Parts: sequence; C-alpha cells; structure tokens
Amino acid sequence: MPRRVGMEVSLAVSEAVKTCDVDVISAYPITPQTHIVEQLSEMVAEGHLDAEFIMVESEQTAMAACCGAAAAGARTFTSTASQGLQLMSEIVFIASSLRLPIVMVLANRSLSGPLSIWGDHSDVMANRDCGWIMYFVENGQAAHDHVFISFRVAEDHKVLLPVMLNLDGFSLTHVIEPHELITREALGDFLPPYVPAVQLDPAKPVTMGPASTPGMFTEAKKAQEEALWGSRAVIDEVWKDFGKRFGRHYKAVETFQTEDAETIIVSMGGSSETAKTAVSKMRAEGQKVGLVSLRLFRPFPADDLRRVLSSAKVVAVCDRAISYGGPGGPLCSEIKSAFYGYPAVPYIANFVLGLAGRDVRVTDFEKIARRAEELAGREEPAPYEIIGLRE
Amino acid sequence: MIEIRFHGRGGQGAVTSAESLALAAIAKGKYAQAMPAFGAERRGAPVLAFIRIDDHPIEVRQEILEPDVVVVLDPSLLGGVPVAAGLKAGGVIVINTHKSPKEIKEKLDMHGSIRLAVVDATKIARELIGRPITNTTMIGALLKATGILQPEDLVEPLKERFGKIAARNIDAMNRAYKETKIIEGA
Amino acid sequence: MTQSDKPKWQELEIGCLVIDPGSTRYYKTGDWASMMPVTDPERCARCGLCWVFCPDQARFRDVRSGAYDVNKFYCKGCGICARECPTKAITMQEVTD
Repeated sequence: MPRRVGMEVSLAVSEAVKTCDVDVISAYPITPQTHIVEQLSEMVAEGHLDAEFIMVESEQTAMAACCGAAAAGARTFTSTASQGLQLMSEIVFIASSLRLPIVMVLANRSLSGPLSIWGDHSDVMANRDCGWIMYFVENGQAAHDHVFISFRVAEDHKVLLPVMLNLDGFSLTHVIEPHELITREALGDFLPPYVPAVQLDPAKPVTMGPASTPGMFTEAKKAQEEALWGSRAVIDEVWKDFGKRFGRHYKAVETFQTEDAETIIVSMGGSSETAKTAVSKMRAEGQKVGLVSLRLFRPFPADDLRRVLSSAKVVAVCDRAISYGGPGGPLCSEIKSAFYGYPAVPYIANFVLGLAGRDVRVTDFEKIARRAEELAGREEPAPYEIIGLRE
Repeated sequence: MIEIRFHGRGGQGAVTSAESLALAAIAKGKYAQAMPAFGAERRGAPVLAFIRIDDHPIEVRQEILEPDVVVVLDPSLLGGVPVAAGLKAGGVIVINTHKSPKEIKEKLDMHGSIRLAVVDATKIARELIGRPITNTTMIGALLKATGILQPEDLVEPLKERFGKIAARNIDAMNRAYKETKIIEGA
Repeated sequence: MTQSDKPKWQELEIGCLVIDPGSTRYYKTGDWASMMPVTDPERCARCGLCWVFCPDQARFRDVRSGAYDVNKFYCKGCGICARECPTKAITMQEVTD
C-alpha cells in the first residue's frame, strides 16, 4: 500500500534521497533549499541514512567535494540555488566534462541583484550550457519521483552525466501537499547500485580532469555533446520503466488539451499547474486553448515540441527569466530556434512573468492567451512582454 | 475547494496552523496545499499563511486572493493589515477577540452584512497553554465556523507536531470549538 | 504598500540605489509589540542603561525630567530594557487595543 502523506515538498525530496541510499552529500545551505539539506544532515546525524555529509564553507567547495566523491565511486547528491549555483558554477561545467553522475536538486531562485530570495528560473538559465541533464517538475510528487529517476539515468553507463532537477523555490520547496512516498521495498531494483565506469583507485591510477590543447579540445567537447544527446534514449526508457512500476507516467513534453488547440501556452515548473487551471477555465468558455509543460530541458526535445506545437496557430511561451540584451525569454528563444527552417511555424509570442516570486495567477495566463492571439494578428513579430510590469 | 487565509504575527504559529490542517486533511484522504506567504519572517512582523482543501487534486498554485475564510490570530493586526481583503461574498472572518461584533466591524472598516466567528482565543490559550499563542486554539474556531474537518482529525497531526505539549494545545482547540460564536449578518 | 503604491520601473534610482540614508527610520515597527515598557520616572536613576541596551534605539531621554522613556513608534516590545534596568523602574505591560 503506497504511503500517502502530507509533507513539505523539500522533505519529500530528502526522503527520496534517503531511500536512494546515497553515499555522499556535500552541500551548503541557501534559501530556499535549506529544508532539503537540513533534513538530510539530520537523517545522517541520527543514523537514518548511512552517508557521509561533508560540511563545507561554500558552494564551490561543495561541488568540488561532490566531484571527488563521485570520482571515487560514491553515489553523490547535492542541492543549491541562485547565488550558490553561481559560486560553484565553474566546477558545475567541469562535473559534466568529467562524466560524473552527480544529482543536484536546484531550488530555482532569482539571481541577484537586487538581492532576492524568491523563485524564478534565472539561476538555471544562466547555467543552461553546463552540459548537465535538466528536468523541471511542477509538483511535489514529480519532485520526489524524479530523485529516483535522476540517479537511475545519471548512473546508467550509456549516460554517466550529472543531472540537475529543477523545482521552484518557495512555491514548490516550501509547500505542503500530499505525496505517495516510494519505499525501499517498492523501489526494488528500479535503482541498482552505482557501479562507476572508472573510479579513483590507488591500485589502478588514472588522471581525471586533465588540461587540453587547441588540438584536442574540440573533440573532447564533441564527445561530451554526443553523450548528452545520447542520454535521451535512456531518459525515455527510464520514464517508461518508472511508469510501469509506479503508475505515474512522465514525458519530455507534457501536454494538456493540445490536440485541437489553436493557442498553446508553454511553461515550465510549478506555474504549469496554475496554467492548467487557466486552460480548463478557458476551455469551459469555449476557447480552444492547450498547455505544454516542458519537463525535459536538456537535452532539448526540439522534435517533440515541434510535433505538438506546429498544429497550433499561436504559441505563447512563458519564461521566468530574461536573457538581458538578447533574445528575451531563454525558453522562447530556444523554441523559436527549434522551428527555424521548418514549414508550419506557428506565431510564437513571448511573455515573462513570475520574476523573483511575483505571484503567477490564473488570470495572467488568460491575459497571455488573449494577448498572444492579438499579437498574432499583426504583421511583424513583437518583442517579449513582461506581465504585470508597473510602468 | 475551500481557500483559507491566516493572518498572524511571526512567532504566533500561523504557518503551523495551516500546516496542521493540511496534514489532517491529507490523512483523511482529501487534497490540501498549505504555504506561508514566502519571505524573510521575523518575530512580531505580520505574516500570512494560506491553505486550500479540496476533495479533488489541487493544481492552482497562486496566492489566495479571494478567500472563503479569513482567520485572524492577533486582533492587533486590525486597522494595520487589510485582513478582509478579497473575502468572498458570504465568506466568514474567524477572529480572536474579546470585543463586540460591532467594534470588530468598525475596525475591519467593513460595511453591509458580514459573517463572523469570534472567540477569546488569547484567554483560552493563556489558561490552557500558559502562553498567549493562539494558533492551535484558533484551529478550533475555524473548524466550528466551517466544519471542514472535525477536531478529532487534528489530534494526530498536533501530537506529531507538539509532542509533550500536544495535550494542552488539543484542549485549547476543543475549548475554542465549543466557545466560538458564529454571528451571521453582523 | 499596495501594488499600485509601489514605484514604476522608470521611477527607480539608478542601480536600485537607496539614496535616502537611514530610511529605516520611516518603518513603523511599534505595532509589532504585544507588550510595551512603562517607566516609573520616580524609580528611574537616569543611568541610561536601557538606552544602551535597546537593540532598536527606541529609548530616549526626556530633556526636562532627565528620565528615560520609550519611543512607541519603534519599540517591538522585546523587554531587554525592563530586564536590564538596575532599579526595576521599567515594567512590561500588555498593549491594549
């Protein structure tokens, strides 16, 4: 009988990490990830989780410690947000180049300045190119489930890449909702023990993290790119297996009422659930609106997105970050790129909302759908618009 | 779906009330979503907590702008914080006070007919818990005003949360449940 | 502050600078207090320890009597002054509404 409990999403994440029987955790506390790591450190201290919790003085050291641990063959977990991710950023890029299967839960929070502890996607977007697999979840159950999924994918020998699991800071991490927790018994052999392909071992010395020359670097990066793209097959296979065992089926591109939709809203993260409520409301009023909630961000599922979106007339992409001085919303720019050169391109409108935890509302999505349709009637494409901006 | 907004001050347990209700509702097989108005909270500063309870899965994640119920843990908030903002027509204000409904209505700056549920929770809390922390007491008032759950549904969550001092809090909740007066059309 | 009271983006200072020094003095925290200190001026020894200890700079010296008193605009009712007063001139009393 699955255990259905009310708990804070952060704690449901820690429970999953515990059930995965990780070997090493190294993390530095930062709002809004704190409940995750505090709970894990308590679990380790009280003997409920047999793991090494390496205390560090900064996030940069945390990621360095994680790299060392994973290289030595440990199942490794960390978590951070915002400024913490920025502080560890140089090593985040290295972790993927070293092909280390570290799992990170990123409690998405805005990047300073001004200083903000509230949630948006600017932290992950500023690190889009780091070479990690990236998932986005929209509720606590998906967050709990994807901890298991992340380790399984990361450690698969056909992948061996670090995974970043994104959940909205505060609006997911600090919310209490029902979860069906996966127990050790129920997990079974879904997550086999981590068997590293190569590990640091004095008996069999290797060098990890070499320097490179102009003559080698390009090929090294190509190999890494291929690995990231190649992970998609395993990602899909693992979701399929998860669905068979646990009855919850996940996809790279989640759709709601898109089959006959004329206008499709695209979003990522917790705001997708609010968007779903808005779509249901608009459908009840006779409007042919649908929703795409993007679950897999890296590797970017361009084919799947084109397949779903090309039947619509209007696509309204909702970003929770801005690429300053550039293409506006990062997600929108990637979707537009995905369509370049293909026939059947819908009108793509870009909206930015929910920066630094500004409340994302059902009415915002209704406005977005209306506005996107209005813009689609014009001759020229329009720049992105910020919902709720005081001007 | 019922949407409830709590108003309190940091340190008075508004968030704990919302959480305990959520856990009780979920344990009963319902769906619930509880969250504070996120931010840096400080003892004494006005805080908000939200909770939604439904028999169906809850998807919307925005702040509660049009509550069905508003719970005011600390009467000193009246006049400073617009506690009744957005209250749905026919919604009820559950308030910790020893004042008359007329005085409360004036402080709330409300007109027309309003529904109130009043109890002197500070008195009950002082007597049964020994401190003027009214969060668990006000759960009793809320349950009396709305009937969304029964006091016995809160016993396990409160025991989990409060351990040794759970019994006093449960007593305070039960006494408030008995003493809360519902005033239709104040 | 309601959403409509907040500044428009064009009204912000460059780099979000806060150019009014000591802007916290406009922030009323007196209503946070559930208890406030009441000083008996007869017992007050004018030692100034309450002023020294107050974490919020919410004590002041009455220039006529010389005794110390509380600034209710800021006082959060922490009770440190009452605790530290060597002559027990300060008592914490419940704020009645």
